[in-house]
Amino acid sequence: MAAVMPVPAASRVLMSGNEAVARAVWEAGVKVAAAYPGTPSTEMLEVISTYPDIYSEWSVNEKVSLEVAIGAAYAGSRAFCCMKHVGMNVASDALMTLTLTGVIGGLVIAIADDVGLSSSQNEQDSRFWGRFAHVPVLEPADSQEAYAMTLDAYELSERFQVPVILRMTTRINHVKGLVTVGERSEKASAGFRKEPARWVMTPTGAGKRIPLMFARVGELRKEAEVSPLNFIEPGRDRRVGFIASGPAYMHVKESFPDAPVLKLGFSCPLPFDKCRELAAMVDQVVVVEEVEPLVETELKAEGIAVIGKDILPLQGELAPNVLGPAIARLLGEEAPRLRSTPPMPLFPRPPTMCVACPHLGVYYTLSQVRNLTISGDIGCYTLGAGHPWNALDTCISMGASMGIALGLDKGRGEADKDKRILAVIGDSTFLHMGMQGLLDIVYNKGNVTVLLLDNRAVGMTGGQDNPGNGRDIHGDPAPRVDFAKLVEALGVRPERIHTVNPYELPVLFKTIREEVKAPEVSVIITDQPCVLIKDYHKLKAYEVIDDKCTGCGNCIDVGCPAIHVTRRGKEVKANGREVDLAFVRIETSVCTGCSLCVQPCAPNAIVHHVPVSPIKLVKGCEV
Amino acid sequence: MSENTNILVVGIGGQGVMTATEILAEAAIALGHDVKKTEVAGMAQRGGVVSSHLRFGTRVLTPQIAPGAADVLLGFEAAEAMRWQHMLRPGGITLMNTARLVPPVVELGLYDYPEDPLTEIKKTGNKVVAFDATSIALDLGDIRLGNTVMLGAIADHLPFSAEVLLDCVLKRFARKGEKLVDLNRRAFAAGRAAVGAAEAAAA
Repeated sequence: MAAVMPVPAASRVLMSGNEAVARAVWEAGVKVAAAYPGTPSTEMLEVISTYPDIYSEWSVNEKVSLEVAIGAAYAGSRAFCCMKHVGMNVASDALMTLTLTGVIGGLVIAIADDVGLSSSQNEQDSRFWGRFAHVPVLEPADSQEAYAMTLDAYELSERFQVPVILRMTTRINHVKGLVTVGERSEKASAGFRKEPARWVMTPTGAGKRIPLMFARVGELRKEAEVSPLNFIEPGRDRRVGFIASGPAYMHVKESFPDAPVLKLGFSCPLPFDKCRELAAMVDQVVVVEEVEPLVETELKAEGIAVIGKDILPLQGELAPNVLGPAIARLLGEEAPRLRSTPPMPLFPRPPTMCVACPHLGVYYTLSQVRNLTISGDIGCYTLGAGHPWNALDTCISMGASMGIALGLDKGRGEADKDKRILAVIGDSTFLHMGMQGLLDIVYNKGNVTVLLLDNRAVGMTGGQDNPGNGRDIHGDPAPRVDFAKLVEALGVRPERIHTVNPYELPVLFKTIREEVKAPEVSVIITDQPCVLIKDYHKLKAYEVIDDKCTGCGNCIDVGCPAIHVTRRGKEVKANGREVDLAFVRIETSVCTGCSLCVQPCAPNAIVHHVPVSPIKLVKGCEV
Repeated sequence: MSENTNILVVGIGGQGVMTATEILAEAAIALGHDVKKTEVAGMAQRGGVVSSHLRFGTRVLTPQIAPGAADVLLGFEAAEAMRWQHMLRPGGITLMNTARLVPPVVELGLYDYPEDPLTEIKKTGNKVVAFDATSIALDLGDIRLGNTVMLGAIADHLPFSAEVLLDCVLKRFARKGEKLVDLNRRAFAAGRAAVGAAEAAAA
């Protein structure tokens, strides 16, 4: 991750929303920043970690990261915490009482909503948390605003002693635009002041803070009415006026440059008077918000006539090609003619596991074992649900593989009585929220076989470090969890704990088959690193001897993207059955010699590659 | 909206699509344009589809290019160039690498890879120029030069001079030594020449 720090003040820099927030966090004099990786939020903390004057950490989960930030803010220092939308579900327990205590040092929580589901298990609207927790929400519309609003958020946070949510979406986090940056200003810490009535939330204490919280909402609403983050652009075409926030504002401006717009940058609590002001200017008001009708519902309850989700979708981005036709229909006009033809029919290209990924061995094996119900989890290994393995049956939330497996076990009916229940979870997900689930399985005597895929990285988000690999956010040595000892400490019997190499298919197969038969909880730990991190070492590439390949296709079932079909055929077996043949080659330039395809190859047609005329590789060429 | 230039760069995770778009963005910034660059590539590291949108001009609002509004489609892979044809505006042009990268779902026999993506694109009536950027890169000694070959290919289809883009490409390699700068200069020229030759042949 490139350090943004050397960029001098007043420079205009091409930055993603994530990079822009990170820069502003540094400039705001933040002392502590914590997060758990999650697309599309991850790069915020990756960039922050390059600033030596900020303490930064990968926390084990989002709740802990928020608690670390809260502690720093209680100590009177500025603090930052970021997460993807589902992370706030985990962290919300802390948030919902944090709103009662408030903060001393500024605390900004950046939440990245994956509008459009680029890499998430659901699509949620984090603006709800502002209403639920009665804290302010700022919504940037591009990188420049993400930068500026982060600085604004710290001022607001300290003025009202309240945590501020910076609500982002994928189309802010991952879009690059030009940002004019400034300098860091140091902030002295106020220091922790003992005040049990404020910091120790008991029923009595909390009861006294609730009226203060509601009074704060009133004050914040007054602030939102006068905030320069909420402004009206009068426009000339008064038939429809828009109330918009976040990326939707840009889409409105792109689609209807002449229409009046109330841009909401400080969108919670809502500035009702500003909304009335816009409504008085135009024939009708359309609220354009991604994704839930929050502003719309509040305005309707306030008696302000608006249109919203009755004409706009409740899912996904409200891009110009969605907005244009909807507004045309509202005005009784002909929809703007689409200039494009429909997409041409073509095969899909879903994400795949990497060449030589250690998960390939696991899923190849699982696809060969019958009678399993496989409770899955969040990570690269969720791809095991896809082809060719089809070896993952559930996936809902971080760590859920454990509890769901136990529920599948305890809730099994007659139809499932012979089914073996297996749970698959990665190292980082296990430490995030899986440990408690495993403890629950042990404590409640569940019969589940747990496959703990330890690849020493948070793989899906780019291979971040975690307590399982012995490196901190800077790559420096850190205490490393011993998974075998950990699960033993949770109560798994030592004879039911196995650490296996996922590239040794016969051992893996035998271990899984034996452990699923055991009438108690077992844990099988795989111990090979993610191929994208520095712990992975390439081995000599393989190739297929064409004459020896019988077209059986066993190697294809491994699912490695380096294996390609050269020709197909058919063969009639002795029993009269016709079988399809697929003859293969290995793309040796990407093969790293994991040998997973070699093991199921019956005719021994896969051998180490011997280059005939070595291609000269240019060292250091990164294009 | 119409005065903005819309460039769509497409390919597969790992091919360097996002880096190429970043270099194009740097060139537009060097000329004083407002720029936005966007892609949805959350899981693209895993061999999935990548499409990177670059818009530049006086002021860019919406970062993504609307279907039917791309001026140029730069395709790093043959089928991917085909996948995004609907994004081109009437009169827009496709510059595509003819190299094919076949995904596991095709190897498993679940789907077919089109016999000839170039012919399919031609059937739409859209303008298309095809060249084998991967072979050009390999001839120069390294498949990773393919990215610079692709940037050379688009260099004469931009609203600014090819030299501005070349400068931005070479700046990336300046710290890595003259040899690499020279290789990339050759790769850029080869991409430019490949498109020029194909267009001359078609004319």
